[in-house]
Amino acid sequence: MVNFSALVYLLSAVLFILALRGLSSPETSRSGNRWGMVGMALAIVTTVVYAWWSNATVGLMDLLWVLAALMMGAVIGLTTAKKIAMTAMPQLVAAFHSLVGLAAVLVAAAAYTQPAAFGLLDAKGEIFIASRIEMGLGIAIGAVTFSGSIIAFAKLQGLMSGAPVVFPGQHKLNALVGLLIIGLIAAFCVNASPGTLLLLTLLAFAIGFLLIIPIGGADMPVIVSMLNSYSGWAAAGIGFTLHNNALIVTGALVGSSGAILSYIMCKGMNRSFINVLLGGFGGDSAAGAASGAADDRPVKQGSAEDAAFIMKNAGSVIIVPGYGMAVAQAQHAVKEMADALKAEGVKVSYAIHPVAGRMPGHMNVLLAEANVPYDEVFELEDINSEFQSTDVAFVIGANDVTNPAAKTDPKSPIFGMPVLEVEKARTVLFVKRGMAAGYAGVQNELFYRDNTMMLFGDAKKVAEQIVRAL
Amino acid sequence: MGGDFVAQLSIFVLAVFVGYYVVWSVTPALHTPLMAVTNAISSVIVVGAIIAVMGSSMGWTKILGFIALVLASVNIFGGFAVTQRMLAMYKKKNKGE
Repeated sequence: MVNFSALVYLLSAVLFILALRGLSSPETSRSGNRWGMVGMALAIVTTVVYAWWSNATVGLMDLLWVLAALMMGAVIGLTTAKKIAMTAMPQLVAAFHSLVGLAAVLVAAAAYTQPAAFGLLDAKGEIFIASRIEMGLGIAIGAVTFSGSIIAFAKLQGLMSGAPVVFPGQHKLNALVGLLIIGLIAAFCVNASPGTLLLLTLLAFAIGFLLIIPIGGADMPVIVSMLNSYSGWAAAGIGFTLHNNALIVTGALVGSSGAILSYIMCKGMNRSFINVLLGGFGGDSAAGAASGAADDRPVKQGSAEDAAFIMKNAGSVIIVPGYGMAVAQAQHAVKEMADALKAEGVKVSYAIHPVAGRMPGHMNVLLAEANVPYDEVFELEDINSEFQSTDVAFVIGANDVTNPAAKTDPKSPIFGMPVLEVEKARTVLFVKRGMAAGYAGVQNELFYRDNTMMLFGDAKKVAEQIVRAL
Repeated sequence: MGGDFVAQLSIFVLAVFVGYYVVWSVTPALHTPLMAVTNAISSVIVVGAIIAVMGSSMGWTKILGFIALVLASVNIFGGFAVTQRMLAMYKKKNKGE
């Protein structure tokens, strides 16, 4: 029976791998997701059956407890999943991460209170040394995931300011708490005392808060990915404690997935991971002064009618959406505009920067929600060469990701960041509320170019006006 | 015990590599569903919570396990459901136009 349940866990792990594998294309993704559900159901049923079979004291009441908890989770989870707006997806994912983190802490704590039930006792009735290390690590990572995700959630949801919170000695304090945590894990290996474990948990909660508060709102995509990774490592840590291969494999998958996503996000901003973690970005704009003198240069301004006329007579249009489009809820109006243009025989495609939106792939989901076919949506590397042969680049709600200064001005804070080369298109239409600088606090040279026409106003209103004018 | 740990570590390290290659093959357009689904599957931690709830009589272990079980189930159901909802929106260009 032990072997049998281990085999089922292995099957679950394989199904989880298939679930991720399915995401290599939208067609296979849906069946992949179903395999994931089957894997999870198998893992849960096996665990219940095995616990029932292996322990004579397990009664009907225990089963009811499990069912009750599953039902409560199902009701909360399903209603949330159904109601959540796609723009709020980053917050939801951050909130979910915090739950995994807290669950990991609680499971490790439960294992500590009754190690016998988890088979963690040696011949002398003491917890294995290895299990102590795993437990300590599992709790620490779980707690960091929990409190870090709570802060990320609060920043994304607007419950607290997205501005970085910095104070003198911050990094020293963090380093000190980090060292204390390592010391406490070592101490826990020796004494296995509840006090040590409690202090360890509290400090790990604290370091989660401390690590995320100095990080600005624009860096949240990296942080959400990083916490995704942590939640995986926490699960793997618990897997070691429970000697459960399904948990170890899944934790490893999720851990590397989150790590890769963080890497992709960092590359999209041309920042090192350490640089993001140290925080404080997005608060000041030291280099803004350099281009500040350019502020009163004239810009070419146009109306929605002008834009409609230009695009109608164009052969091809590339739409460059940014987070501003999502904030203004303009994606549906933009889709309508694209449809109207297509009716006029214009070729329309979309260009997405890796860090558009507030989490990896966020903009793709928002466009998909507006019924934009995914084969019209292209990633930066795939479409950047197309701009030079394109008539109109229509930038809506994006700014920094189109700034040519990232290529030309070594003094610019965003220098080296990969950007969409919209300036190579024959005409650039830039929908924007005003002349304010982007998230990085940098002026965009693009506004003053001869081939740029600014369309001032709310993204949604402008898009709707263009639709009417078409 | 020692051999057991090494065996687990081997599985872990190999799984990290599997994860590395599988995740790089995920199309960037599906990175948000990827995060939602990894979040759902990392809730397989529910296994530990079930052991805690079923393997103990009334007491701390059961209470801690019960809360963990509720939290993990929120994630499992919510995570898979929201992933399914997102994936259902990805359509190819055709009919409707």
